[in-house]
Order: sequence, then structure tokens, then C-alpha cells
Amino acid sequence: MNKIFEKGGKLYWLHSTVDAFETFLHVPGTVTKKGAHVRDAVDLKRIMIIAVIAAVPAALFGMWNTGYQHSLAIGADPRFWADLWFGFLKVLPLFIVSYVVGLAIEFGSAQIRGEEVNEGYLVSGFFIPLIVPVDVPLWMLAVAVAFAVIFGKEVFGGTGMNIWNPALLTRAFLFFSYPNSMSGSETWIALRKGEALVDGATGATPLSFIGDGMDALTSAGTQYGTGFWDMFIGIVPGSVGETSVIAILLGAIILLWTGVASWRIMLSTVLGALFVGGLAQLCGGTDVPCFYHLVMGGFAFGAVFMATDPVTSAQTDCGKWIYGFFIGAVCVVIRLFNPGYAEGMMLAILLGNTFAPMIDWYVTDRHIARRNKLVKAA
Amino acid sequence: MSNNIVLKKGLDIPLAGVPDLAVSRTIIPDTVAVQPSDFKGLNPRLLVREGDRVLAGSPVLADKKNPDILVTSPVSGTVKEVVRGDKRKLLAVLVAPDEVQESLDFGVPGDGITAGDVKDILLKSGLWAAFIQRPYGIVADPAATPKAIFVSAFSTAPLAADTEFTLASEATSVQAGVSALAKLAKVHVCVKSADSAFAKLRDAEVHVVKGKHPAGNVGVQISHISPILKDETVWTVNLALLAAIGRLFRTGRYDVRRTVAVGGPAVNGPGYVKAYPGTPMTAFKQFYVDAEGVRIISGDVLTGRNVGEGGYLGFYDTQVTMLKEGTEPELLGWARPFRFNQYSADHTYFNWCLGLMGKERAMDTNLHGGPRAFVMPDSYYAKYLPMDIYPLYLTKACLAGDIDNMEKYGIYEVLPEDFALVEFIDPSKNYIQDIIADGIDLMLKEMA
Repeated sequence: MNKIFEKGGKLYWLHSTVDAFETFLHVPGTVTKKGAHVRDAVDLKRIMIIAVIAAVPAALFGMWNTGYQHSLAIGADPRFWADLWFGFLKVLPLFIVSYVVGLAIEFGSAQIRGEEVNEGYLVSGFFIPLIVPVDVPLWMLAVAVAFAVIFGKEVFGGTGMNIWNPALLTRAFLFFSYPNSMSGSETWIALRKGEALVDGATGATPLSFIGDGMDALTSAGTQYGTGFWDMFIGIVPGSVGETSVIAILLGAIILLWTGVASWRIMLSTVLGALFVGGLAQLCGGTDVPCFYHLVMGGFAFGAVFMATDPVTSAQTDCGKWIYGFFIGAVCVVIRLFNPGYAEGMMLAILLGNTFAPMIDWYVTDRHIARRNKLVKAA
Repeated sequence: MSNNIVLKKGLDIPLAGVPDLAVSRTIIPDTVAVQPSDFKGLNPRLLVREGDRVLAGSPVLADKKNPDILVTSPVSGTVKEVVRGDKRKLLAVLVAPDEVQESLDFGVPGDGITAGDVKDILLKSGLWAAFIQRPYGIVADPAATPKAIFVSAFSTAPLAADTEFTLASEATSVQAGVSALAKLAKVHVCVKSADSAFAKLRDAEVHVVKGKHPAGNVGVQISHISPILKDETVWTVNLALLAAIGRLFRTGRYDVRRTVAVGGPAVNGPGYVKAYPGTPMTAFKQFYVDAEGVRIISGDVLTGRNVGEGGYLGFYDTQVTMLKEGTEPELLGWARPFRFNQYSADHTYFNWCLGLMGKERAMDTNLHGGPRAFVMPDSYYAKYLPMDIYPLYLTKACLAGDIDNMEKYGIYEVLPEDFALVEFIDPSKNYIQDIIADGIDLMLKEMA
């Protein structure tokens, strides 16, 4: 690094930024000072980039689906490349806004703290465009990202110290501050100026009908199918990256195969949803089969990419089971019993984040109690 | 409790430069150093002056607080220099050895030896310092009564000296040592397999501990045999020093010379030598061409001390490791799909699915990243600590200086060396052993 960027140099205020770009290009020649003289080759950059790669299938599918839903809605013939291009142009600005706003704040905060820039936002910045409606106004997204990064993360001390998942916090901020742009039937399908929906098309997501049961669901949209397999493949309206369970499963395979995300959390989240969904079905609370919850709305994306965030999830193996089960269960409870707002996954995970430290506290506390028993026995 | 322990957690780091099982020579150095910094918890008082004659076993340092604890000269010779640092801090006492070595005679005790006699001989000879007390990892207090004495008869650290090779011929001395220690407290010995040369030791309870590193760490073994609770103390002795204790009781002579493994990727013809503790690293010259850009470590790569060419072999150390300094930046290192020359236990590098995990690698001292806050969860680290402890919770309690939580999360059971692997795999590149060491220092201060 040039001397002017070092402490005391004229451009020290750019130190963190220069360091971030330098270490992005090459692993620096820093050597260990004490302790373990050799170190594992893994670093956070590597772990984070794997998480980003895992979300690429969902992002690509989301781009195509944006175009596909647009073609359906205006009554045009879907064409693969044209749809993909349309979606790409629609989604790209979301990525740009998310990264520019988020990274600017991240770089600035790192400089203020005098630390190196943490890679965490590479992942959050990639996830944010995938969990918002494609038509969200860019300035709203910018405000939401700024809120989430500053008040959700930097005030706690940056990546690793945050309580809530920054990407979900962005979505929650949008949802509560600008509800009109986040719900209803107009937001989920991208339209150009002057274009109108064809007759019979509603643009609503399948999830909006879940409170009314299977009849409402099957008679829902005329422009897209609402069968299990339609939703599994993902050719339904919804947030950009959340619709295709196939693409998300590809990501899940990458995450589990490399060990970046916890299989315990993914599995227990699914179990939690099936448990409450099945219970509601048995008691006659709903006629929606419990496994429908796994393919609807943001459940799959949340369970694979959001609930497994290493910072905001439970820390202990036992805690992870409880945490995941809690998220899955709360998500389905919200979906079935809250007619006003159908998407329970976002709030369920944020609630899970909130309780994760407490879950861990109980797990470690039992461990401590067991140790203390040894003291008394001795 | 079971005498057969199988550990699933842990990691064997495939470091290149495994020493050949042959002793190439006996090093007779021109200087031998006695270093106070080897002995944690001792506040040294100098007992010799430059020009004094000493024999092997003659006192050189005494503890100020507990003057019975002596540190003695490993060789006979003349005190050449007393090296002092800032504020006249005592750094080392250098002794020039005689050609013919002589030892003080501590006498060969008879059969009716009592615990008091054993203690007395060990204190006088300077071998008392072989006892490390847990909690805290300090030289044991002679007034204390330990719950038990633990000996790990093997090491799983990277490139560690193979005790089956270095000490198998000294099984009688080891036995004599164990029998002497058994007068003080119950002795537990951990061996790596039932057909080990040390599996048939009498006067001790022998446990077979199987597993990857750190299965050979005495702290891990203690936690599986008889965990240290609040207000309990145990003592540990390493096997090389136990053999020295045995020799002392068999012959009456102080002889701490041991077989030292010299290994590592930067070593020329890795092998074994016989050497005294305090041997200068320059005496290992045959193993390296040029010390420039090479890190010379007394001990293993995970816990040893970077002593450099001007340093000395530590009192407790039975290995010397040499590594290249990793000062070369690596272009796009973290972004490559494969890094065949680097080692990672993490599955985000795909060497593991090509079956290359066990391939020996010439690792260097590169940190492979920059320091970050802890991001990965406790369970990521717990895979490398086979103890009933949450590694990250304890580390964070130490960082916060929170004594209550440190106690709850098990600070009494651990020493920094137990966290070496956790530090090795940490993707946030923190100095975790240092954090634990600071935590232990804080406990020592608060509990004193």
C-alpha cells in the first residue's frame, strides 16, 4: 500500500477502501505474529463468495421469470431470451442500488472504526434484490438499504455483531414504511409505461390466497398455474429470487456441500413448517396441504439463505434445531392465521434472529448447570 | 471411568517435513541458555554470577515467592553471561559447557521413599519445574495437593517427536518416574494404542486415547478422564521430563538431555538429534541453509515460540520446526476454485473432494486474510475442540474480561494450547490463543 494511505498520510481517510480493493485482488503477504504459526487458507471472503455463488441460480431464474410474468400479464407470447433480457434490465438496477448504497456505508464505517472492510455485505447486497418486488422504486430501496446497514449493522459494530439479518431488515423496512409498494397486486409484475394487464390477470402472488384455502388458491390467477409443480418450478409472481424452489435447492446443495450453511437449520425449519401446517390441516384450520408451504412465497429462500446466516442464527448445534423449528412454525402460523399479511417468512426469521441469543443462552446454561452438578458431586 | 477414549473432533494438519526416524547426532553446543521465560508463573531471582562454575543440576534461578522452586543448569560448565533486557529484566543465563559433563549427585533413594522425599529431591534438582499446574498452566506450587498427575505419552501436534521412537528405549526410566510421582498423587498416563511401549506402566492408570490432534494434548485427555472443576488442581508432566525424573531417581544424576525432532517444510533433511534444553538454534545449522526468510520455532507450529536464529530450545520442548515466512502476496488467492499448494480444512476449497486433504503441504506463515470480527458460529469452531466446552463463548468471555462467564464456560480446564486448532481454522484470523492467555492472566490476577 502506498504510504499516503497509511496512518498519518494525506489520504488516510481512504485507507479502508484501498485496503479492501487491494486484498480483493490478492491475499496480502501478512504473516502470523504469534500463536499458530500456520493458518488455514480459508478466510471470510471465500466463505462469503460461496454464499453468493449459491444464490446465482435463483437470481438468474428470477430475471427470466420477471420477463416471463411480464409477457403473460400483457398477453404477449413468452420468448426465452427476450424475457431474460427484459428481466435483466429490470433487476440490474436493484443490484446496483443495493451494492452502491450498502458498500458506501460499509466502507465509510470501516474507515471510521479504523478496521478493514468486512466481506459480509457482499452477500447481503446480493440477497437484497432477490427478496424485494421487482417494481420497487429505486429510491425506496436505497433508503431501506441505508437504514438496514446503518441501524441494523453498523451501530452494533459491523458484520459479526449484528442481531438481525441486514437483507431481511431492508425488506422489513420497505414493508412497514411503504406498504403500498410492497403488497397488493400491482407490485409483483414489472410493467413498462403505458402497458396494462390483460383481462383476468391479477398479478397477485399465490400466497395472497392462502388464508382463504385451496378453492381460492386454485381459482386464483388465470395467467399462471397455481399447482404444486408450478410453484416448485417457480413460474409464479413473487419477489425476484424467491419463486423457484428448484433454483433455490441448487443453492442449498452448494451451501450444504461446502458446509457454509447449517443443514440443521434448513432441516428443522422445514420440519417446523410441516409440523404446524400439518397440525392446522388435521384440526381443520385450513385445507392447504402442509407441504404447499414449502414451495410458496419466500419460505424456501428464507430457509436456505436467510435463516442460515451464521451471524444472526443460533450458535450452538442444539440451539440451531430449536431456532430453525421456531422459524418454520412461526412462518406457517402467520400465513394461516393472519389474513392481512400472508408472507410470514420475513417476520418469522427476524423474530428467530431476535430470540437466537436467548435460545443459545438456554442451551449453554444447561451445559453450565451440568458442569456445576459435577462440582457439587465432587 | 473408561480407559478407552475415542475422540471424533480434531484435525491432523498435513505439514510437510516429517522427521526421519533416525538420530543423526548429539549436539554439544558452545553455549546453553537458562531462560526464565520458559517457566510461567515464576518470578526469577538470580543465584549465580558471571564466571561461576556450575554442574548439571546446580541452581541458577530461584522463585522469589517460593524459594524452594529452583531452576538448575542443564550442563556443567562456566556461567558466561547474564543477559538482561529493558529495565534489567533477566532474559537468559548463558553457560559454556565443559567437555566432560558432570552432575551434582542427588543420591539414589531406597525402597522406603516417602512423598516428602520425592518432593525434596525434585525441588533440589530443579526438576520440580517439570510439573505444570492446571488451571492456569503455571509451575506447580509444592504446597498444593493435586487431584491427580497426568502424563500424555504421545503428541499429535504437527511433526511432533514420536515418543515411541524417542523414549521407547527409556521405558525403565519412565517407569521409575511414574513410580516416584505415584507417591505424590494418583498418576494417569494416556497412550495412543494398547501396544504402545508405555501401555504396561505400573503404579499408574493407563488410558488409550485415539483420535486426531489434539488427542495427544494433556488438557483434552484430562477433560475426558477427570475434568478440572473449580478449586481443583491437577499437575501435568511431559514424557521427556518424566524420563528425566526417572533417570534422577535411578542414578541420582540430573540429565535433561532429550531426543528432539527437527522438522518442517524449510528443514533440510528433517530428522532427530539429541540436545539439551537451552541449546541455541545456531547449533541446528545443519538443518537450514539460510535463516533469512525462515521462521525457526521452538515447539510445534501451532503452539511453539518463534525464537529465531538467536533463540534457544525451550525447557519443555522436544521439537524444532522451521517454516518459510509467507510474505509473498497471492494473486486472487481466495477466489481460485482450487489452491493446491495451500491447505484448508474448510470445504469451500475443493481439495477435499479430490481426495487431497491428506497430501503433505509446505505451508508457510501467511495469515491468508485479514483480521475480522467473529462471523462463523460457535459450532464451526467446536469441531476442532474435543472438550466439553463452547470455544467461542469462552473466547468472547475472555475478550470481555468477564470473570464470571469465563469460569462458567470452563476457563479452568483450558490452556491456550488447547485452542491452537481453533485458532488455526478461524476464518476471521483472530489470535485466539492470545485471547485465552490474556483471560488466564486476568484470572491469575483476580484469584491471587
